[in-house]
Amino acid sequence: MLARARTAIYVALGALVLLVGVPLLVSGWIVFLLTVAGAKALAVLGVVLLLRGKLLTFGHALYYAVGAYAAGMAVKYLAVREALVLLTLSLLAGVAMSAFLGLLVARYRAVYFALLNLAFSMVLYGILLKFYSVTGGTDGLGIAEPTLAGVRLSGSLLRLAMYELTVVLTTLLVYFTYRFFASPTGYTLRAIRDNEVRVEYMGVSVWRAVYVSYVIAGGLAAVAGGLIALSVGHITPDLAFWSQSGEFVFVAVLGGTGSMLAPVVGSVLFEFVRNYAFELSPYTWQMTLGIVLLLIIFFLPGGVWSLTTLAWRRAGR
Amino acid sequence: MSALLETVGLTRFFGSVRAAEDLNMRVEQGEVVGIIGSNGSGKTTFLNLATGYLKPERGRILLAGHDTTALPPRAITRLGVARSFQIPQLYLGMTVLETLLLSLAARAGRIGIWEPLKRADWSDEGVQILRQFGLDPHAERRVSELPEGSRKLLDIALAVALRPRLLLMDEPTAGVSTEDKFEVMDTLVGVLGGSGITTIFVEHDMDVVQRYSQRVLVFDQGLVIAEGRPAAVLADPEVRRAVLGHV
Repeated sequence: MLARARTAIYVALGALVLLVGVPLLVSGWIVFLLTVAGAKALAVLGVVLLLRGKLLTFGHALYYAVGAYAAGMAVKYLAVREALVLLTLSLLAGVAMSAFLGLLVARYRAVYFALLNLAFSMVLYGILLKFYSVTGGTDGLGIAEPTLAGVRLSGSLLRLAMYELTVVLTTLLVYFTYRFFASPTGYTLRAIRDNEVRVEYMGVSVWRAVYVSYVIAGGLAAVAGGLIALSVGHITPDLAFWSQSGEFVFVAVLGGTGSMLAPVVGSVLFEFVRNYAFELSPYTWQMTLGIVLLLIIFFLPGGVWSLTTLAWRRAGR
Repeated sequence: MSALLETVGLTRFFGSVRAAEDLNMRVEQGEVVGIIGSNGSGKTTFLNLATGYLKPERGRILLAGHDTTALPPRAITRLGVARSFQIPQLYLGMTVLETLLLSLAARAGRIGIWEPLKRADWSDEGVQILRQFGLDPHAERRVSELPEGSRKLLDIALAVALRPRLLLMDEPTAGVSTEDKFEVMDTLVGVLGGSGITTIFVEHDMDVVQRYSQRVLVFDQGLVIAEGRPAAVLADPEVRRAVLGHV
């Protein structure tokens, strides 16, 4: 058991070194694609976290957009340029919003939970669209190039810095989520999936466990939004649209829910499939994505990550 | 001196069906009380009322003198009342040990988000409790893989792990074969004996009630029709007619 754990740590460290060194090996557009995938993986991680408690959300883009607009508005109205400060603001905005809405949402389950989240995300979409003077409406907000730890960056250097920052933040937050899943609240979330009544009869608050999980998931999506805002340099209300929430669920299914790393793998795969599908067939790329999802559901119901589990088992024999 | 559990005028109907009416009973600290009755006599309803799962239409429930009538199950559990279920209520996707560790974390009030559940001290205690119930060989198995009898014991072990003042068990031998039921009860008596935990258990089986309870209450259509020492009460023809349908 210890040997396996040690191997897993070595594999994880090797993968981390490889990820950090990727920009030396691949072209700029792939680095950008990986940055977007790594950032969005955090939002997907939030979806996966909630799925552990059998809580499916169709409105997680709400917190993604909150994080992105918190950063964007801080740049525009407060002239904040430091990426670390902006990302902290994104996190705080996402946590504050999910802490507020979670007071209500955490009381619901199943389809009500999914649709309540969807409704709130569409309310935000409407607000971002209509308050043109503040949010820029459909034009969105352009975000000036940020500084990182006080250093002004631009062009390919900024792209590289955002990639490395995304790798570091995603790694830290994946580790945080790993600790959360291994904690009593993480196990309570799993227990809720199986039997809420018994959880209450252990003297544990089901509502509290769902609420805490919801706030964490909201915070993860908000950091994702902040990273996207800084990496892309432009944000629009579409970040809060239902199809964005659907994409997060899509990637969660694609990657699987068996590991904290599955959303990262799923997200990278998704970005590449979408990119190539669009290149090969600009008018039917959604159909390609649909076919990929169908294949996953039929042949890999545990998601792409289940392939690694199979390989791990074979290696262990 | 106040009783550990006392009900005053406890009443609950389901439509026109009387599940409990004007129940007045006291259970003293350290007692082992058996509740017997036919199907639909109100035994499980009484447990559901006492643990806050159901609310009475009238009456009060007092735990060591404190009114718990309006409290939810979670709050009542925190006051020291734990229960097991007729159909084991477990987390099928978790292992046996993980399930028990969650119970220990709940008892300690440490449902945090950073400290791991699988701590050495909790794991040691968890394995020890599983050993008491004879479940230690199954520690790393998924609950869904356990046979019915083991699930029943785990269901009770989860309640015992909370170190309650009052333990309520709903048909602890239901689903267990006739040969095994005394073995299950002997295991429970072995674990609970000397713990000072006040125990109320609901049973269909007169032999089990006679052998393991100090006092017995007989329920019939929501009323307590007899109460006293098991040997005397269970020999009563009225009781046998109510419970068994014949003398």
